[in-house]
Amino acid sequence: MNQGLPQDPMMRQLVQMARSKMLSRRAALLGLGGTATALTLASCSSGTESALTPAEDLSDSEKVLVWHNWPLYMDGEDDGSYPTLNRFTEQSGIKVEYMMEIDDNDTWYAKVKDQLALGTDPGFDVACPTNWLADRMIGLGYLQTMDNANMPNKVANLAPAYLGNANDPERTLSVPYQGIIGGIVYNKAMYKEATGKDAPTSIADVWAPELKGRVGLISEMRDSVGLTLLSQGVDITDPNSLTEDAFNAAVEFIAAQVSSGQIFNIKGNSYGEDLVNGNIIVALAWSGDTTILNFEVEEDRFGFVIPDTGSTISADTFVVPMGSAHKKNAEALINYYYDPVNAAELAAYVNYVTPVVGAKEEMMKLDPELAENPLIFPSEEFLANVHTFRALTGQEEQRFATAWQNVLLGA
Amino acid sequence: MAFVALGQGSSAKKTELTNSSRVAFILLAPGMIYLGLFFLTPFVSLVITSLKTASMTGEIGMYDYAVQISNYAYAVDQYLPQILRSFAYALVATLMALLISYPIAYFIGVKARNKPLLQALLLTLVIAPFFISFLLRTFAWKQIFSNESPVTQFISSLGLLAEGQYIIGTDFAVIAGLTYNFIPFMTLPIYTSLERLDIRLVEAGADLYANPAKTFWKITFPLSLPGVISGTLLTFIPISGDYVSASRDFLGGSDTAMIGNVVEANFFRIQDYPTASALSVMLMAAIVILVSMYVRKSGTEDLL
Repeated sequence: MNQGLPQDPMMRQLVQMARSKMLSRRAALLGLGGTATALTLASCSSGTESALTPAEDLSDSEKVLVWHNWPLYMDGEDDGSYPTLNRFTEQSGIKVEYMMEIDDNDTWYAKVKDQLALGTDPGFDVACPTNWLADRMIGLGYLQTMDNANMPNKVANLAPAYLGNANDPERTLSVPYQGIIGGIVYNKAMYKEATGKDAPTSIADVWAPELKGRVGLISEMRDSVGLTLLSQGVDITDPNSLTEDAFNAAVEFIAAQVSSGQIFNIKGNSYGEDLVNGNIIVALAWSGDTTILNFEVEEDRFGFVIPDTGSTISADTFVVPMGSAHKKNAEALINYYYDPVNAAELAAYVNYVTPVVGAKEEMMKLDPELAENPLIFPSEEFLANVHTFRALTGQEEQRFATAWQNVLLGA
Repeated sequence: MAFVALGQGSSAKKTELTNSSRVAFILLAPGMIYLGLFFLTPFVSLVITSLKTASMTGEIGMYDYAVQISNYAYAVDQYLPQILRSFAYALVATLMALLISYPIAYFIGVKARNKPLLQALLLTLVIAPFFISFLLRTFAWKQIFSNESPVTQFISSLGLLAEGQYIIGTDFAVIAGLTYNFIPFMTLPIYTSLERLDIRLVEAGADLYANPAKTFWKITFPLSLPGVISGTLLTFIPISGDYVSASRDFLGGSDTAMIGNVVEANFFRIQDYPTASALSVMLMAAIVILVSMYVRKSGTEDLL
C-alpha cells in the first residue's frame, strides 16, 4: 500500500520522515500531543540529521514576492505607497507583498522557525533579520544560496567591509540591507541643563549621577551589552577577550545600574517614546532612529554620538528560506536595491548606514546635506571605531541571552 | 448537571437506568471530546515539554525528550521573586476591584432597581470600555501615567511625588492597570447576585430593629456572596497570568515583571521552552490549589 505523497508540503515532509523511520514509535506516540509537538520533533531531526533542499524556483512563471521587513524601514508616502518598491514592480513586473512583520528578531524567529526547519514555505520569500540571526539560520542550513550572476549590482556595489563573514564569505546567503550603529542618543537641551556639558562623549557620562533615572537602554543584547563591554575595554570581536565571564560582568554592571535607579527602563524600539515625552534624557540606542525622532518632533532636538570607547555595528540582511519558490524574484529585488540611485533614495528616508558603494554620490544630487551625514555614509576613520559583536555558539547564545533576559525581567 | 441526571436515574427501574445513563453519556460525549482535544492534549504536550532537556547539538531552541524534573527546581530558583510578585499583585488588584465594584454593583442592582433606563445605562457604562481593545486601554493608562502628562504633573505639584519619582513603571501603575482592566469581571457577577436580592428580606431586617449596617452584613452581603466569589475568581485567575500591564512596554518598569512576562520571555526571546512550560504548569497547579481551597472555604454550591 504505497500511497502517493500528500500535496501539502508540511504533511509531505512528515510522511517522508515517518517512512524513513526518523520518527520512532515512541516519538510518534509522543507526537500525538498535537501538531505542535510533531513540528518540534520534525524541527529537531531535520536540523541535525538531514539537509534541506531548496524549493523548486517558480519565479519565471509566478511574478510575486513576499517580503518580511521591519517597521519604518522603507521609503513611504503618506498614502501608504512605497515609491522605490512601486518602481521595482513597474520595471520587473514582480508584484511585491511588503509586510512589516519583524518587530524583534527573537519573536519573529519564534513565529517562523518551525516552517524554516521543515524547509516548507514560511510565509515569506525574502526577509531582513539582523546578521546574527541570519548567521544562526545559515548554520542550521535554513537558507538558499543566491546566485551572484542574477545580482550584478550587488557584486559591483557591496561595500567590502561586509564581505568576509566567516559563515558567508561571498555574501550569497545573507545580503546586507542596512547597517545599524549603536551609540548614545541624547536630548541636547535637557542634557546640557542636567550636566552642564554639551554632549556626552563616553559611556561613563551616561552613568553620571545627574542623569539618575533618566537613562534608557535598548533591549537588543548585542548593542546594550556590547557598548558596555567596549567601555570596559573588552574587544567584542575577539572570543579570547569577550568570554562568558566578561559578558556576565557587563550584565551584572547593567543590572546594578537598574537596581540603583540609574536606568529608567530597558525597551525595544519604544524607547523612542520615552525620549520624545521627556521620560529619559540619554539612551544607548541606534543611530537611524535619531534622525527619525527629530523628524517626528519637527526640530533638531536629539543628537547621536559614538562613545570614545567605540560603538557596535550590525546589519539587517536579506535572506531567502529553503521553502521559497521565488528565489530569482528575490535576487531581482536585491539587485534593484543595490543600484546606487535606488539605494540613495531609500537611505534618504530610512537614515541607516547604506552598504551600497556609490550611493553617496547619488545622494549628493538628491540631498547634499544627508550625503555629509557620517551616520549614513561613515568615513573610514569613523568605521575604525565601530565593532561587530562576535559570533556566538548555540550554547553561548542560550546562556548569554538568558543572563540578559533575567536583567530585563528584574528580580 | 449531567451527574445529577445520572443520580436521579439510579432510583428508577433497571432498564430505565441503562437508558438514561446512555443518554447522559451521549450528551456528555461532545463536551468530553472537546475537553480532551482542546484542554487535555495541549496540557499533556505542555507537561512533556516542561521535562525536556537541551539538545546535544547545543543549538538554541532545540530540545530532546527526557524526564528532567530539575527544570522545575531551576524555574523556581530562577524566578521565585516574579512568581511571588504575580500573586501579590493579583491579590491586591482583586481586593481593589472588589472594593470598587461592590458599591457600583449595589447601586445598579438595588438602588436603581425601579429605574430600568438608568440601570441599563449604568450597565452599559460598565461594559462600554470593553468595546475598545485591551491593549489600547492599557496604552491610554500609560499616557495618563507618563511623566509629562497633566495628571502626573498635577500630582507632582501637590507634593505627593518626590523629586525624580514617577508613577509609570511602579507597582502602583501596574496594580492600577490590572484593577482597571478586570473591574467588569468583578462588577457583573456581583450585580447578578444583588439584582436577585429579595428586598423584603432587608425590610424585614429593618422591622426587627437591625440598623442599616447590620442589615447589610447579616442579609445583603451573605446573599451576594456567590457573586463576590465568582467575581474574585474571574479576576484573580486572569490577573495572575496577565502579562500586558506589567510589561515594560506598557505600565511596567524594570522591576515589575510578572510570571506571564517570564513565560513570554522564555518562550519567544530565549526559546527556553522547558522552563517556560514548567512555569506554566506550576502557575496552573498553584491556581487550581488556591481556587479549590477558596471555594471549599467559602462553600458555595450556588456557584455551579
